[in-house]
Amino acid sequence: MASLTQAEIEALLDAWLEVEFTFHNVSPVAQSLCELDRGGQDFVLDWIKRIATTHITLAFNFAKRAPDLIQRFDKRVIEAWAVHLCDTYDRAGMYAALDIASSVGNFMQQRHDHAAGALFEDSAPVLGNFVHGLSGRRLKLEEGEAAWTDGEKIVLPAIVAAFESRIDNFKLTKAMTAFLWAQTRFGSLRVDIASVCAEYPDPARALTQFHGLETLRLTARLARELPGLHRDMTRLGADLGDRLDQSWSKLAQQLDEHAEIEDSLALLGRAYALPDFVPYSYQGTLNPEAVAAARAARLEKEKARLRVKLAEMMEEQQRRKPESAPGANEQPRFEAKSDETDGRLDLELTLNDLPIAPPDDVKQLMTSVFLDFGEIPPEYLVPAGDGEYDPSLYQDQPADPDAVWQGAYHEEGALLYPEWDMGRQHYRKNWCVMREKEVKPVHDDFPRQTLDKHAGLIKQLRKSFEAMRDENRLLKRQVQGDEVDIDALVEALADSRDGSEMSDRLFMHMHRAERNIAVAFMVDMSGSTKGWINEAEREALLLLCEALERLGDRYAIYGFSGITRKRCELFRVKTFDEPYTDEVKARISGIAPQEYTRMGFAIRHLSKLLNDVEARTKVLITLSDGRPDDYFDAYRGPYGIEDTRMALLEARRSGIHPFCITIDKDARDYLPHMYGAARYVILDDVAQLPAKVADVYRKLTH
Amino acid sequence: MDTAHSPTHSLNPEEHFIRAEPYYEPIGDEIAIFEAAYQNKLPVLLKGPTGCGKTRFMEYMAWRLKRPLITVSCHDDLTASDLVGRYLVKGGETVWVDGPLTRAVRVGGICYLDEIVEARKDTMVVIHPLADDRRALPMEKLGQLLEATDDFCLAISYNPGYQSVLKDLKQSTRQRFVALEFDYPAPELERRIVANEAKVDNAMADKLVKFAHMTRNLKGSGLDEGASTRLLVHAGKLIASSVDPVVACQSAVAQAVTDDPDMLAAIQELSASLF
Repeated sequence: MASLTQAEIEALLDAWLEVEFTFHNVSPVAQSLCELDRGGQDFVLDWIKRIATTHITLAFNFAKRAPDLIQRFDKRVIEAWAVHLCDTYDRAGMYAALDIASSVGNFMQQRHDHAAGALFEDSAPVLGNFVHGLSGRRLKLEEGEAAWTDGEKIVLPAIVAAFESRIDNFKLTKAMTAFLWAQTRFGSLRVDIASVCAEYPDPARALTQFHGLETLRLTARLARELPGLHRDMTRLGADLGDRLDQSWSKLAQQLDEHAEIEDSLALLGRAYALPDFVPYSYQGTLNPEAVAAARAARLEKEKARLRVKLAEMMEEQQRRKPESAPGANEQPRFEAKSDETDGRLDLELTLNDLPIAPPDDVKQLMTSVFLDFGEIPPEYLVPAGDGEYDPSLYQDQPADPDAVWQGAYHEEGALLYPEWDMGRQHYRKNWCVMREKEVKPVHDDFPRQTLDKHAGLIKQLRKSFEAMRDENRLLKRQVQGDEVDIDALVEALADSRDGSEMSDRLFMHMHRAERNIAVAFMVDMSGSTKGWINEAEREALLLLCEALERLGDRYAIYGFSGITRKRCELFRVKTFDEPYTDEVKARISGIAPQEYTRMGFAIRHLSKLLNDVEARTKVLITLSDGRPDDYFDAYRGPYGIEDTRMALLEARRSGIHPFCITIDKDARDYLPHMYGAARYVILDDVAQLPAKVADVYRKLTH
Repeated sequence: MDTAHSPTHSLNPEEHFIRAEPYYEPIGDEIAIFEAAYQNKLPVLLKGPTGCGKTRFMEYMAWRLKRPLITVSCHDDLTASDLVGRYLVKGGETVWVDGPLTRAVRVGGICYLDEIVEARKDTMVVIHPLADDRRALPMEKLGQLLEATDDFCLAISYNPGYQSVLKDLKQSTRQRFVALEFDYPAPELERRIVANEAKVDNAMADKLVKFAHMTRNLKGSGLDEGASTRLLVHAGKLIASSVDPVVACQSAVAQAVTDDPDMLAAIQELSASLF
């Protein structure tokens, strides 16, 4: 295919970037683009178009740089960069995104043409497990601009492209991760770095030197703990020009594999007098403020938690062995000893000199406290007295979903779900802020009335559902079985007397079949269901529950609604573990129309819940009255349809059988596409709903 | 077919005495407790993760007590008749054949039902009368009640780590047994076991134990179970046959504990960092 001419490219850019209104000067972009081959042109143009659906200025900034980048990098890297731009825009807004666009040089300190970078999204799943496997506090991985850690999370750059090959780039990312882990594990973050450096005339310089000392110390430590990794680090470092200045070699000798953070601190004065430490390729940056903030938030909380846990353990101990419990006048005395031989971190807990095995969560807590102090301080080992702590201090409070809307907005306690952006052809990460809420139960006459009204139908449903119960069957004439099938044996003996061949199917076998189905019902609670539809939905749910109780399948019911992506809500009517009680009936009564119909997040969340349930067959049934829609939002129209479709595809891929029941009469035009992955049924008459839902379920799971 | 020369020996579980002392490192006072339970005719429940030495312990105790050991590995299709016995058809007649449990009761052996929760629920009820002071096995199909001799011992094992509602042991079953808890041995001991069983030097055994701890740290964040001592011994044996340690850990450990590609890669990175 021939390359596009400058005029052709300009015409495309004019349209996508709305030059008529934005006055972006696209000629230089078009000019540099027309020098590329057709493949490169198509690639860049495609991404310009996709980013333009997010923001035109961002797309223009991408367009200005892309022609140059495509000469130097692998397409995969540029794609990751484009996604990173959009993600940053989603998360932090236009300025942050433009910042990244203009600092493209930093992030791609490239040395090779067409470098194949290691992308965060590819490395993270592997390195996340890797870092959990190493001992110590469980660190989370996050994507960011530079490599640093605050002692609770490790932030890694979106792309590492220092080497030509992807494997080496991954190894460098791994080295960074392990090095940042070592900062938490071997005490670098135990000290108040900011105040240590503040004692020097130039604190910033002191920080650089301190970081240098720690780099040397931790590198030596890693050589002992993880020799294989250290070999890689040395090789990669040498390739990237990590050199230790002559003047530093004396200090380096003192920071051997046994050195502790105190040794680094003691050497800081001497290091301050030396030339600036030239950073190693894997050392990342130090962020003392973030470390101090995370530590400050952690200390009190963990102290409270540990002391409360110890009190619980003591109680447990007393219940089990009352005679060995300390007398009233003897104080319970917990002690902890640490054993760090061979790089393991074993903490031993004793109660009045008798060793006790703490449960896993207490072990985790003790480890975390140990990493903050290098020991478990005695005051942490005093069991908490009754009511000494406010539970909010040591429990992860499920934040009241409504309270977060008062005062400043924050996303605490919410789950974040991605959303598929059809224009960008990519997910918007952490886009939907989802909360589970309780349906307010309404104790009224509705359940009884419904059951009366549909008494005939219920009888019939129960009957047909009961017929689905898989009963034990005695299988006759089997090759193997528990008992001899006398009928078969007699026949076989007669056959053999006859001279014909004797059957070997002489046994009976009891076939015990179990239904193993979990089903989640996802009910539309959008404003448009007000009136008839809402009533029909509630009736349908009641009938279904009555019928399902006969069957013994596990089922959950959730309602969904929301207004904008920041307020996606799922209303719990019944969870999988909950029995069908009057409370559940009252909640079904309480299902009331709320706001809009954003569907993607609900499908994703319920898929997750379903996947946590152990069942052979998993079914997700959505009940809705129309197309996806949201308040003044792009969700109306094709965007919402595509996101819903994608969410259903994801559910399907994870092994769930999605099924959709819709009451929208105009649905026939988009449903086949949207429910592509699911099966669906359209009801023309709302009144059919109660009978139909149970019917669908029966057919689906039989 | 002439089978006279084939080296197979017929299955005669009641003759399965363990002659040579199996290698076993005690992790606590489990030997004394088992012996006391045996003397008092109490059944025993061994709890613990897979590959931590439960079966080896049973072999050791069978050797020590000089009783035949009859092991039944339970599976989800194991029925009561598989344990007790059933009628088979031989030459036009039905013949009763004892199951392994019945044989053990008759000869006074140790019957070890491995991973009992895997068996069908109704199977467990069969062992109830044997596991309390009645010590008798009702054989419905024969209309007999078989009383156990004083030498008979019932032991079952169970892995609480599954944490599945479907695979839990009923209270009515578990409350009949003396329970012994097994866990992975302490690092020192585990090193000794690996060095001894796999014939690797102490330094290598140390690294293997450290590697095992890394995988055990992953329990709950993607792995159902960390590497067992048994897997370490496997890896050690491969290394002793001069397989590269990283490759040995990957084949003998990582591939055995997970199929998830990200997790496999992560474990590979861990072992590559260590060796």
